[in-house]
Amino acid sequence: MSDPVLKVNDFTKAYGDFVAVSGISFEVGQGEIFGLLGPNGAGKTTTLECLEGLRKPDSGRLAVMGINPEKDPGKLSKVVGIQLQTSGLPANMKVDEAMRFFCAYHGVPVRLDLIERMGLAEKRTAQFHQLSTGQQRRMALALAVAHNPPLIILDEPTAGLDVNTRVELHALMAELRNNGTTILLATHDMAEAEKMADRVAILLRGRIVASGSPTDLTAAGAGLTKVSVRTEQSILHQDNKVFPAVSQQAIHEEYIIYYSSDPGPTVSAVLEYIRQTDDRLIDLRVERPSLEERFLEITAEGGIQ
Amino acid sequence: MTAFVNHFAFEFKTGLRNTNQLFINYLFPFGFFLMISFIMPQINPGFLDTMVPALVIFAVLASNILGLPSPIVESREAGIFRSFKINGVPAFSILSIPVFSTIFHSLITSAVITVVGILLFDGLAPINWTAFVLLTILTAFTCGTLGALIGVISNNTRATVLWSQLIFLPSMLIGGLMMPLSILPSAVQPFAALLPTTQAMQAMLGLAYLQETVLNPWVATGVLLASTLLAFSLAVYLFNWDSKNNSRRGNPLMALLVLVPYVISLFLIL
Repeated sequence: MSDPVLKVNDFTKAYGDFVAVSGISFEVGQGEIFGLLGPNGAGKTTTLECLEGLRKPDSGRLAVMGINPEKDPGKLSKVVGIQLQTSGLPANMKVDEAMRFFCAYHGVPVRLDLIERMGLAEKRTAQFHQLSTGQQRRMALALAVAHNPPLIILDEPTAGLDVNTRVELHALMAELRNNGTTILLATHDMAEAEKMADRVAILLRGRIVASGSPTDLTAAGAGLTKVSVRTEQSILHQDNKVFPAVSQQAIHEEYIIYYSSDPGPTVSAVLEYIRQTDDRLIDLRVERPSLEERFLEITAEGGIQ
Repeated sequence: MTAFVNHFAFEFKTGLRNTNQLFINYLFPFGFFLMISFIMPQINPGFLDTMVPALVIFAVLASNILGLPSPIVESREAGIFRSFKINGVPAFSILSIPVFSTIFHSLITSAVITVVGILLFDGLAPINWTAFVLLTILTAFTCGTLGALIGVISNNTRATVLWSQLIFLPSMLIGGLMMPLSILPSAVQPFAALLPTTQAMQAMLGLAYLQETVLNPWVATGVLLASTLLAFSLAVYLFNWDSKNNSRRGNPLMALLVLVPYVISLFLIL
């Protein structure tokens, strides 16, 4: 990892007796998309709010682009673009007015092109309260990136969005990452984290219970790869043939499904058996365990790693 | 500077786009002005002598004390201040620009009331116009900063209404707008002096209309000035970005310090 853009060291935050975040540490390198995952109440938003300078940590050290968010929120807003979970803009503020307003405070040229990029060109003169939830989120993201910050913090950016808008937002995030922008992404959408994030940390009850790349995390689990096979004569359904590394099998409609701890040898052996029995392969699918399955596994274990 | 101008332009337009603010900035003061201008001179012909300053101060009071605090509370509750903070909008701008914008609206209303009051309703024109204009602006700042302070210390819009009415209703009854301070019972006069409208009317009558007053008009002007500075300083100090964040600075009861200049002026009556 290159020099960390964001450093969290032994950070703790409590609300009265309730400890929302307990002694977590992580770093995010330049140009990375880092996913902060966890169920509701895990401490994701609290962590982000302290990094954004909206809340004061009880202990620990936070550094965002070398800035202490609590001490210097003015400097922070110049180098960080933030999309809050609930985007609050004045109800009567128009879309193009909002862009002019915030660009003026950031001291950058007005980025009306971003309004078009976010598919809001037709809504330029609409007031914020007239926008749908998805449009409000796109607006918030446009405002977050308007001053070309090197770090962007996104809190549940695609929650409540339709499929097309999600795809557009993912494309924008990928483009930003390719341009060297670092993104800290809090989400409960495991598919989104798996698709977008270079590394993730899973928060549970205020602690990081697992971290690493999505691939490493899923590989570390007990999850088995699903090998689904469909043949012309359904020979595999009739023979109770045992294949290497397979611990269980099941039949689902015309498919036979093998759960394998090592899919390579399993697939080779299955194909060889089909050839030997003069059957013909119609379909073969190999699905490795998803981050979501791994996440459920971790949360079911109570987060003990 | 561009940011300030943009922000001011937005706030000013909001005062016209938002129906609640449009009502409190223009429709309510104009409606009240027309009603009082028709009725009061028939009941009390002497009212014409104080009609213009009284209704100008009323317009300023309504916009700033009734109209300004609720949007501050609503913006805080809706997370708008959080959005502003993360985008580098300073607290000073968040508080001062709505005050300037509301003052600007109330000065437009005041100008219309002054012209129409004098030309159509035979209201007495000020003798010293400069003093009249400057005192109208000062009164607008006094009420605007008090409105901002109410918005900052109120936890919700219900509390805002309570605090606003605590100033507005007594101002209407004993604040020298509908009846002069001099005819109030002597036991009531000290309470009246705690109101910004009383001080504003005394300053206006003494310095713009060159009439005899109960309070020294220069002292009244000083009270308005001190109240403005104190109220704005307290509003900035007690300002909270976010109602969910309980680490606010100071205790809201500190807002009562704004009464200090008014209490000091009491000693000049007692």
